Amino acid sequence: MTAVLDVRGVGYRLPGTGGRSLVTDVHFSVGAGETLVLLGRSGSGKTTTLKLVNRLLEPTEGEIHVAGRTTREADPHRLRRGIGYVIQDVGLFPHFTIEQNVGLVPRLEGWTPGRVAARVRELLTLVGLDPDRFAGRRPHELSGGQRQRIGVARALAADPPLLLMDEPFGALDPITRVELQREFKRLEERLGKAVVFVTHDVREGLLLGTRIGLMHEGRLVFLGTPQEFRQSAHPECRAFLEAAA
Amino acid sequence: MSLLEFYARNSREALGLLGEHLFLVVISTVAAVAIGVPLGILLSRRPGWRRPILGFANVCQTIPSLALFGFLIPLPFIGGVGARTAIVALVVYALLPIVRNTYTGIANVDPAVREAGRGMGMTDRELLVMVELPLAAGVIFSGIRVATVIGVGVATIAAAVGAGGLGVYIFRGVSVVDDTLILAGALPAALLALAADGLLGLVERRFAWRT
Repeated sequence: MTAVLDVRGVGYRLPGTGGRSLVTDVHFSVGAGETLVLLGRSGSGKTTTLKLVNRLLEPTEGEIHVAGRTTREADPHRLRRGIGYVIQDVGLFPHFTIEQNVGLVPRLEGWTPGRVAARVRELLTLVGLDPDRFAGRRPHELSGGQRQRIGVARALAADPPLLLMDEPFGALDPITRVELQREFKRLEERLGKAVVFVTHDVREGLLLGTRIGLMHEGRLVFLGTPQEFRQSAHPECRAFLEAAA
Repeated sequence: MSLLEFYARNSREALGLLGEHLFLVVISTVAAVAIGVPLGILLSRRPGWRRPILGFANVCQTIPSLALFGFLIPLPFIGGVGARTAIVALVVYALLPIVRNTYTGIANVDPAVREAGRGMGMTDRELLVMVELPLAAGVIFSGIRVATVIGVGVATIAAAVGAGGLGVYIFRGVSVVDDTLILAGALPAALLALAADGLLGLVERRFAWRT
Protein backbone atom coordinates (compact mmCIF):
# COMPACT_ATOMS: atom_id res chain seq x y z
CA MET A 1 0.00 0.00 0.00
CA THR A 2 1.40 3.40 -0.96
CA ALA A 3 0.89 6.17 1.53
CA VAL A 4 -1.56 8.95 0.68
CA LEU A 5 0.31 11.28 3.01
CA ASP A 6 3.99 11.06 3.73
CA VAL A 7 5.55 13.50 6.18
CA ARG A 8 9.35 13.34 6.18
CA GLY A 9 11.41 15.15 8.79
CA VAL A 10 9.20 18.19 8.79
CA GLY A 11 9.86 21.18 11.00
CA TYR A 12 8.44 24.63 11.42
CA ARG A 13 10.27 27.56 12.90
CA LEU A 14 8.67 30.97 13.42
CA PRO A 15 10.06 33.60 11.06
CA GLY A 16 12.91 35.83 12.18
CA THR A 17 16.39 35.01 13.39
CA GLY A 18 16.27 32.81 16.45
CA GLY A 19 12.56 32.19 15.85
CA ARG A 20 11.05 29.60 18.14
CA SER A 21 10.63 26.13 16.69
CA LEU A 22 7.03 24.93 16.91
CA VAL A 23 7.46 21.58 15.18
CA THR A 24 10.68 19.58 14.97
CA ASP A 25 11.61 16.59 12.84
CA VAL A 26 8.19 14.96 12.49
CA HIS A 27 7.91 11.75 10.46
CA PHE A 28 4.76 9.78 9.71
CA SER A 29 2.74 8.43 6.85
CA VAL A 30 -0.95 7.72 6.46
CA GLY A 31 -2.49 5.28 4.00
CA ALA A 32 -6.00 4.98 2.57
CA GLY A 33 -8.51 3.81 5.17
CA GLU A 34 -6.23 4.83 8.01
CA THR A 35 -6.98 7.43 10.66
CA LEU A 36 -3.91 8.85 12.30
CA VAL A 37 -4.81 10.67 15.48
CA LEU A 38 -2.42 13.42 16.49
CA LEU A 39 -2.81 13.66 20.23
CA GLY A 40 -1.18 16.21 22.47
CA ARG A 41 -1.59 19.05 24.91
CA SER A 42 -2.41 22.58 23.80
CA GLY A 43 0.64 24.07 22.13
CA SER A 44 2.26 20.69 21.45
CA GLY A 45 2.36 21.41 17.69
CA LYS A 46 -0.48 19.20 16.43
CA THR A 47 -2.46 21.93 14.70
CA THR A 48 0.73 23.42 13.31
CA THR A 49 1.65 20.01 11.87
CA LEU A 50 -1.79 19.80 10.23
CA LYS A 51 -1.41 23.24 8.68
CA LEU A 52 1.99 22.31 7.30
CA VAL A 53 0.34 19.53 5.31
CA ASN A 54 -2.01 21.79 3.35
CA ARG A 55 0.51 24.63 3.39
CA LEU A 56 -1.53 27.06 5.43
CA LEU A 57 1.93 27.20 6.99
CA GLU A 58 5.09 26.57 4.98
CA PRO A 59 7.41 23.92 6.42
CA THR A 60 10.85 25.33 7.18
CA GLU A 61 12.39 21.86 7.09
CA GLY A 62 11.66 18.48 5.59
CA GLU A 63 9.34 17.35 2.88
CA ILE A 64 5.67 16.38 2.59
CA HIS A 65 4.22 14.16 -0.11
CA VAL A 66 0.50 13.93 -0.86
CA ALA A 67 -0.57 11.16 -3.23
CA GLY A 68 3.08 10.61 -4.13
CA ARG A 69 3.84 14.21 -5.09
CA THR A 70 5.79 16.74 -3.08
CA THR A 71 3.65 19.60 -1.85
CA ARG A 72 6.45 22.09 -2.20
CA GLU A 73 6.11 22.40 -5.94
CA ALA A 74 2.32 22.28 -5.99
CA ASP A 75 0.17 25.38 -6.36
CA PRO A 76 -1.08 25.81 -2.75
CA HIS A 77 -4.67 26.52 -3.82
CA ARG A 78 -4.88 23.44 -6.03
CA LEU A 79 -3.24 21.41 -3.28
CA ARG A 80 -5.82 22.50 -0.70
CA ARG A 81 -8.74 21.82 -3.03
CA GLY A 82 -7.53 18.25 -3.15
CA ILE A 83 -7.40 17.90 0.64
CA GLY A 84 -10.49 17.95 2.86
CA TYR A 85 -10.20 20.34 5.80
CA VAL A 86 -12.45 20.41 8.85
CA ILE A 87 -11.93 22.81 11.78
CA GLN A 88 -13.46 23.05 15.23
CA ASP A 89 -15.34 26.28 14.54
CA VAL A 90 -16.61 24.82 11.24
CA GLY A 91 -16.42 28.18 9.47
CA LEU A 92 -19.52 27.82 7.31
CA PHE A 93 -20.20 30.88 5.15
CA PRO A 94 -23.21 32.58 6.78
CA HIS A 95 -24.35 34.22 3.52
CA PHE A 96 -24.36 30.91 1.61
CA THR A 97 -27.08 28.29 1.74
CA ILE A 98 -26.12 24.81 2.92
CA GLU A 99 -26.06 23.71 -0.70
CA GLN A 100 -23.67 26.53 -1.65
CA ASN A 101 -21.48 25.80 1.35
CA VAL A 102 -21.15 22.11 0.58
CA GLY A 103 -20.71 22.68 -3.13
CA LEU A 104 -17.99 25.30 -2.78
CA VAL A 105 -14.89 23.36 -3.79
CA PRO A 106 -16.61 21.65 -6.75
CA ARG A 107 -17.77 25.10 -7.90
CA LEU A 108 -14.25 26.50 -7.56
CA GLU A 109 -13.10 23.51 -9.59
CA GLY A 110 -15.54 24.41 -12.33
CA TRP A 111 -18.04 21.55 -12.09
CA THR A 112 -21.33 22.07 -13.94
CA PRO A 113 -24.22 23.24 -11.69
CA GLY A 114 -26.09 19.98 -12.27
CA ARG A 115 -23.17 17.89 -11.17
CA VAL A 116 -22.59 20.08 -8.10
CA ALA A 117 -26.26 19.81 -7.09
CA ALA A 118 -26.24 16.02 -7.43
CA ARG A 119 -23.04 15.77 -5.42
CA VAL A 120 -24.45 17.99 -2.66
CA ARG A 121 -27.55 15.78 -2.33
CA GLU A 122 -25.37 12.71 -2.15
CA LEU A 123 -23.17 14.24 0.56
CA LEU A 124 -26.02 15.55 2.70
CA THR A 125 -27.51 12.07 2.69
CA LEU A 126 -24.11 10.64 3.54
CA VAL A 127 -23.80 12.80 6.69
CA GLY A 128 -27.37 12.02 7.70
CA LEU A 129 -29.17 15.23 6.73
CA ASP A 130 -32.22 15.17 4.46
CA PRO A 131 -31.29 17.18 1.33
CA ASP A 132 -34.88 18.33 0.75
CA ARG A 133 -35.03 19.84 4.22
CA PHE A 134 -31.53 21.25 4.52
CA ALA A 135 -30.12 22.22 1.10
CA GLY A 136 -31.86 25.61 1.00
CA ARG A 137 -31.29 26.61 4.62
CA ARG A 138 -28.63 28.93 5.94
CA PRO A 139 -26.07 27.98 8.60
CA HIS A 140 -27.68 30.02 11.41
CA GLU A 141 -30.76 27.80 11.22
CA LEU A 142 -28.74 24.69 12.13
CA SER A 143 -27.63 23.25 15.46
CA GLY A 144 -23.95 22.86 16.31
CA GLY A 145 -23.98 19.15 15.46
CA GLN A 146 -25.73 19.74 12.15
CA ARG A 147 -23.25 22.46 11.26
CA GLN A 148 -20.30 20.18 11.84
CA ARG A 149 -21.97 17.48 9.71
CA ILE A 150 -22.09 20.13 6.99
CA GLY A 151 -18.44 20.88 7.71
CA VAL A 152 -17.58 17.22 7.08
CA ALA A 153 -19.78 17.06 3.96
CA ARG A 154 -18.09 20.18 2.61
CA ALA A 155 -14.63 18.69 3.17
CA LEU A 156 -15.65 15.55 1.28
CA ALA A 157 -17.24 17.44 -1.61
CA ALA A 158 -14.56 16.98 -4.26
CA ASP A 159 -13.82 13.44 -3.02
CA PRO A 160 -10.28 14.14 -1.77
CA PRO A 161 -8.12 11.15 -0.81
CA LEU A 162 -6.91 12.94 2.32
CA LEU A 163 -8.87 14.55 5.12
CA LEU A 164 -7.39 16.89 7.75
CA MET A 165 -9.53 17.36 10.84
CA ASP A 166 -8.61 19.82 13.59
CA GLU A 167 -10.59 18.98 16.74
CA PRO A 168 -13.75 18.80 14.66
CA PHE A 169 -16.01 17.66 17.51
CA GLY A 170 -14.34 19.70 20.26
CA ALA A 171 -16.98 22.42 20.50
CA LEU A 172 -19.99 20.09 20.64
CA ASP A 173 -21.95 19.01 23.70
CA PRO A 174 -20.89 15.56 25.02
CA ILE A 175 -23.91 13.67 23.65
CA THR A 176 -23.72 15.17 20.16
CA ARG A 177 -19.96 14.64 20.22
CA VAL A 178 -20.28 10.90 20.87
CA GLU A 179 -22.97 10.68 18.20
CA LEU A 180 -20.76 12.35 15.61
CA GLN A 181 -17.70 10.32 16.62
CA ARG A 182 -19.60 7.06 16.02
CA GLU A 183 -21.01 8.25 12.75
CA PHE A 184 -17.65 9.46 11.61
CA LYS A 185 -16.14 6.07 12.42
CA ARG A 186 -18.77 4.32 10.29
CA LEU A 187 -18.31 6.87 7.52
CA GLU A 188 -14.55 6.40 7.54
CA GLU A 189 -14.90 2.61 7.38
CA ARG A 190 -17.09 3.08 4.33
CA LEU A 191 -15.13 5.75 2.49
CA GLY A 192 -11.59 4.61 3.28
CA LYS A 193 -10.00 8.05 3.23
CA ALA A 194 -6.60 8.78 4.69
CA VAL A 195 -7.39 10.92 7.74
CA VAL A 196 -5.25 12.99 10.08
CA PHE A 197 -7.31 13.80 13.13
CA VAL A 198 -6.08 16.30 15.73
CA THR A 199 -7.48 16.08 19.25
CA HIS A 200 -6.49 16.45 22.89
CA ASP A 201 -9.18 13.98 23.97
CA VAL A 202 -7.58 10.55 24.56
CA ARG A 203 -10.89 8.67 24.45
CA GLU A 204 -11.76 10.23 21.12
CA GLY A 205 -8.28 9.37 19.88
CA LEU A 206 -8.51 5.75 21.00
CA LEU A 207 -12.00 5.38 19.51
CA LEU A 208 -11.24 6.83 16.09
CA GLY A 209 -7.54 6.24 15.54
CA THR A 210 -6.12 3.27 13.73
CA ARG A 211 -2.86 4.76 14.94
CA ILE A 212 -2.01 7.34 17.57
CA GLY A 213 0.76 9.88 17.20
CA LEU A 214 1.54 11.66 20.43
CA MET A 215 3.04 15.13 20.16
CA HIS A 216 4.95 16.78 22.94
CA GLU A 217 6.80 20.09 22.69
CA GLY A 218 6.78 20.04 18.90
CA ARG A 219 8.04 16.49 18.53
CA LEU A 220 6.26 13.27 17.72
CA VAL A 221 7.24 11.28 20.82
CA PHE A 222 5.12 8.19 20.19
CA LEU A 223 3.60 6.59 17.10
CA GLY A 224 1.71 3.31 17.22
CA THR A 225 -1.62 1.51 17.42
CA PRO A 226 -4.10 2.32 20.19
CA GLN A 227 -3.11 -1.03 21.77
CA GLU A 228 0.55 -0.04 21.81
CA PHE A 229 -0.36 3.39 23.11
CA ARG A 230 -2.17 1.89 26.11
CA GLN A 231 0.91 -0.19 26.95
CA SER A 232 3.48 2.51 26.30
CA ALA A 233 5.77 3.47 29.14
CA HIS A 234 6.45 6.93 27.73
CA PRO A 235 5.71 9.43 30.49
CA GLU A 236 3.57 11.64 28.22
CA CYS A 237 1.49 8.61 27.14
CA ARG A 238 1.04 7.64 30.80
CA ALA A 239 0.05 11.22 31.65
CA PHE A 240 -2.68 11.17 28.99
CA LEU A 241 -3.94 7.73 29.95
CA GLU A 242 -4.08 8.65 33.64
CA ALA A 243 -5.96 11.85 32.85
CA ALA A 244 -8.56 9.84 30.95
CA ALA A 245 -8.96 7.13 33.59
CA MET B 1 -43.68 85.82 3.93
CA SER B 2 -44.24 82.19 4.85
CA LEU B 3 -42.03 79.39 3.65
CA LEU B 4 -44.74 77.96 1.39
CA GLU B 5 -45.33 81.32 -0.21
CA PHE B 6 -41.60 81.65 -0.76
CA TYR B 7 -41.43 78.29 -2.51
CA ALA B 8 -44.52 79.08 -4.57
CA ARG B 9 -42.93 82.25 -5.89
CA ASN B 10 -39.45 80.83 -6.37
CA SER B 11 -40.17 77.24 -7.31
CA ARG B 12 -37.87 77.19 -10.32
CA GLU B 13 -34.91 78.58 -8.41
CA ALA B 14 -35.55 76.32 -5.40
CA LEU B 15 -35.73 73.19 -7.54
CA GLY B 16 -32.60 74.25 -9.36
CA LEU B 17 -30.69 74.61 -6.10
CA LEU B 18 -32.03 71.27 -4.86
CA GLY B 19 -30.81 69.70 -8.10
CA GLU B 20 -27.37 71.25 -7.68
CA HIS B 21 -27.25 70.03 -4.11
CA LEU B 22 -28.14 66.48 -5.12
CA PHE B 23 -25.59 66.61 -7.90
CA LEU B 24 -22.81 67.65 -5.51
CA VAL B 25 -23.67 64.94 -3.00
CA VAL B 26 -24.18 62.11 -5.49
CA ILE B 27 -21.03 62.82 -7.53
CA SER B 28 -18.85 63.23 -4.46
CA THR B 29 -20.22 60.14 -2.71
CA VAL B 30 -19.81 57.98 -5.80
CA ALA B 31 -16.23 59.23 -6.17
CA ALA B 32 -15.55 58.62 -2.47
CA VAL B 33 -16.88 55.05 -2.79
CA ALA B 34 -14.73 54.48 -5.87
CA ILE B 35 -11.65 55.60 -3.95
CA GLY B 36 -12.56 54.56 -0.42
CA VAL B 37 -13.65 50.93 -0.89
CA PRO B 38 -10.48 49.87 -2.77
CA LEU B 39 -8.43 51.79 -0.20
CA GLY B 40 -10.19 49.97 2.63
CA ILE B 41 -9.53 46.62 0.93
CA LEU B 42 -5.88 47.59 0.55
CA LEU B 43 -5.65 48.36 4.27
CA SER B 44 -7.00 44.91 5.08
CA ARG B 45 -4.11 43.43 3.04
CA ARG B 46 -1.34 45.81 4.13
CA PRO B 47 -1.38 46.16 7.93
CA GLY B 48 1.52 48.63 7.83
CA TRP B 49 -0.48 51.19 5.84
CA ARG B 50 -3.36 51.22 8.28
CA ARG B 51 -2.12 53.84 10.72
CA PRO B 52 -0.80 56.42 8.22
CA ILE B 53 -3.82 56.23 5.91
CA LEU B 54 -6.53 56.14 8.57
CA GLY B 55 -4.61 58.81 10.46
CA PHE B 56 -4.51 61.05 7.40
CA ALA B 57 -8.22 60.53 6.72
CA ASN B 58 -8.93 61.32 10.38
CA VAL B 59 -7.00 64.58 10.16
CA CYS B 60 -8.90 65.56 7.00
CA GLN B 61 -12.14 64.97 8.85
CA THR B 62 -11.14 67.42 11.59
CA ILE B 63 -10.52 70.39 9.26
CA PRO B 64 -13.48 72.74 9.66
CA SER B 65 -15.45 72.47 6.43
CA LEU B 66 -15.55 76.18 5.68
CA ALA B 67 -11.76 76.31 6.11
CA LEU B 68 -11.27 73.33 3.80
CA PHE B 69 -13.28 75.00 1.05
CA GLY B 70 -11.21 78.14 1.62
CA PHE B 71 -7.92 76.23 1.45
CA LEU B 72 -8.91 74.60 -1.84
CA ILE B 73 -9.80 77.77 -3.72
CA PRO B 74 -6.22 78.93 -4.46
CA LEU B 75 -5.01 75.46 -5.47
CA PRO B 76 -4.39 74.82 -9.17
CA PHE B 77 -6.39 72.11 -11.03
CA ILE B 78 -8.55 70.99 -8.11
CA GLY B 79 -9.28 74.44 -6.71
CA GLY B 80 -10.91 77.58 -7.95
CA VAL B 81 -14.45 78.83 -7.57
CA GLY B 82 -17.24 76.44 -8.52
CA ALA B 83 -18.57 72.92 -8.23
CA ARG B 84 -15.21 71.22 -8.76
CA THR B 85 -13.72 72.62 -5.58
CA ALA B 86 -16.84 71.72 -3.65
CA ILE B 87 -16.77 68.14 -4.94
CA VAL B 88 -13.12 67.70 -3.97
CA ALA B 89 -13.88 68.92 -0.44
CA LEU B 90 -16.93 66.68 -0.16
CA VAL B 91 -14.92 63.64 -1.30
CA VAL B 92 -12.31 64.39 1.37
CA TYR B 93 -15.06 64.37 4.00
CA ALA B 94 -16.78 61.26 2.72
CA LEU B 95 -13.57 59.25 2.50
CA LEU B 96 -12.93 58.49 6.17
CA PRO B 97 -16.20 56.70 7.04
CA ILE B 98 -16.03 54.67 3.83
CA VAL B 99 -12.38 53.62 4.14
CA ARG B 100 -12.71 52.89 7.84
CA ASN B 101 -15.89 50.87 7.50
CA THR B 102 -14.60 48.88 4.53
CA TYR B 103 -11.51 47.97 6.48
CA THR B 104 -13.44 47.25 9.69
CA GLY B 105 -16.07 45.19 7.88
CA ILE B 106 -13.43 42.96 6.33
CA ALA B 107 -11.37 42.74 9.54
CA ASN B 108 -14.45 41.63 11.48
CA VAL B 109 -15.19 38.62 9.28
CA ASP B 110 -15.13 35.55 11.53
CA PRO B 111 -11.55 34.16 11.47
CA ALA B 112 -12.96 30.62 11.27
CA VAL B 113 -14.78 31.54 8.05
CA ARG B 114 -11.58 32.94 6.61
CA GLU B 115 -9.55 29.92 7.68
CA ALA B 116 -12.12 27.53 6.23
CA GLY B 117 -12.07 29.42 2.95
CA ARG B 118 -8.30 29.39 2.75
CA GLY B 119 -8.14 25.77 3.85
CA MET B 120 -10.51 24.78 1.07
CA GLY B 121 -8.21 26.35 -1.47
CA MET B 122 -9.79 29.72 -2.19
CA THR B 123 -7.37 32.26 -3.62
CA ASP B 124 -7.11 35.62 -1.90
CA ARG B 125 -9.22 37.12 -4.67
CA GLU B 126 -11.94 34.46 -4.37
CA LEU B 127 -11.99 34.90 -0.61
CA LEU B 128 -12.35 38.67 -0.99
CA VAL B 129 -15.06 38.64 -3.65
CA MET B 130 -17.08 35.60 -2.55
CA VAL B 131 -16.75 35.87 1.22
CA GLU B 132 -15.19 38.97 2.74
CA LEU B 133 -16.91 41.70 0.72
CA PRO B 134 -20.42 40.16 0.93
CA LEU B 135 -20.02 39.66 4.67
CA ALA B 136 -18.62 43.18 5.11
CA ALA B 137 -21.28 44.76 2.85
CA GLY B 138 -23.55 45.78 5.74
CA VAL B 139 -20.74 47.63 7.50
CA ILE B 140 -19.52 49.17 4.23
CA PHE B 141 -23.01 50.46 3.41
CA SER B 142 -23.26 51.89 6.89
CA GLY B 143 -20.09 53.86 6.12
CA ILE B 144 -21.56 55.05 2.82
CA ARG B 145 -24.74 56.07 4.64
CA VAL B 146 -22.80 58.13 7.18
CA ALA B 147 -20.71 59.68 4.40
CA THR B 148 -23.83 60.63 2.43
CA VAL B 149 -25.54 62.22 5.42
CA ILE B 150 -22.38 64.20 6.23
CA GLY B 151 -22.16 65.15 2.54
CA VAL B 152 -25.71 66.57 2.47
CA GLY B 153 -24.84 68.80 5.40
CA VAL B 154 -21.40 69.89 4.26
CA ALA B 155 -22.67 70.58 0.74
CA THR B 156 -24.66 73.54 2.11
CA ILE B 157 -21.31 75.25 2.61
CA ALA B 158 -20.45 74.70 -1.06
CA ALA B 159 -22.43 77.86 -1.77
CA ALA B 160 -19.55 79.78 -0.17
CA VAL B 161 -17.27 78.78 -3.05
CA GLY B 162 -19.86 79.45 -5.69
CA ALA B 163 -20.90 75.83 -6.22
CA GLY B 164 -24.59 76.52 -5.64
CA GLY B 165 -26.87 74.12 -3.82
CA LEU B 166 -29.29 74.76 -0.98
CA GLY B 167 -26.60 76.62 0.92
CA VAL B 168 -27.26 79.58 -1.37
CA TYR B 169 -30.52 80.27 0.51
CA ILE B 170 -28.85 79.79 3.87
CA PHE B 171 -25.98 82.19 3.16
CA ARG B 172 -28.37 84.71 1.61
CA GLY B 173 -30.70 84.37 4.59
CA VAL B 174 -27.87 84.87 7.06
CA SER B 175 -26.59 87.98 5.28
CA VAL B 176 -30.01 89.68 5.19
CA VAL B 177 -31.16 88.22 8.54
CA ASP B 178 -34.20 86.47 7.04
CA ASP B 179 -35.31 83.33 8.88
CA THR B 180 -37.61 82.22 6.11
CA LEU B 181 -34.79 82.30 3.63
CA ILE B 182 -32.48 80.34 5.96
CA LEU B 183 -35.23 77.79 6.48
CA ALA B 184 -35.84 77.56 2.74
CA GLY B 185 -32.34 76.13 2.43
CA ALA B 186 -32.00 74.31 5.72
CA LEU B 187 -35.30 72.43 5.75
CA PRO B 188 -34.95 70.60 2.40
CA ALA B 189 -31.30 69.87 3.26
CA ALA B 190 -32.38 68.25 6.51
CA LEU B 191 -35.13 66.27 4.78
CA LEU B 192 -32.65 65.17 2.13
CA ALA B 193 -30.30 63.92 4.84
CA LEU B 194 -33.11 61.98 6.52
CA ALA B 195 -34.20 60.46 3.22
CA ALA B 196 -30.65 59.38 2.36
CA ASP B 197 -30.25 57.93 5.84
CA GLY B 198 -33.47 55.94 5.60
CA LEU B 199 -32.89 54.69 2.07
CA LEU B 200 -29.30 53.56 2.61
CA GLY B 201 -30.32 52.08 5.95
CA LEU B 202 -32.64 49.75 4.04
CA VAL B 203 -29.78 48.64 1.78
CA GLU B 204 -27.59 48.15 4.83
CA ARG B 205 -30.09 45.86 6.56
CA ARG B 206 -30.33 43.77 3.43
CA PHE B 207 -26.74 42.68 4.16
CA ALA B 208 -27.11 41.89 7.85
CA TRP B 209 -26.11 38.22 7.78
CA ARG B 210 -26.97 36.15 10.80
CA THR B 211 -24.17 33.96 12.03
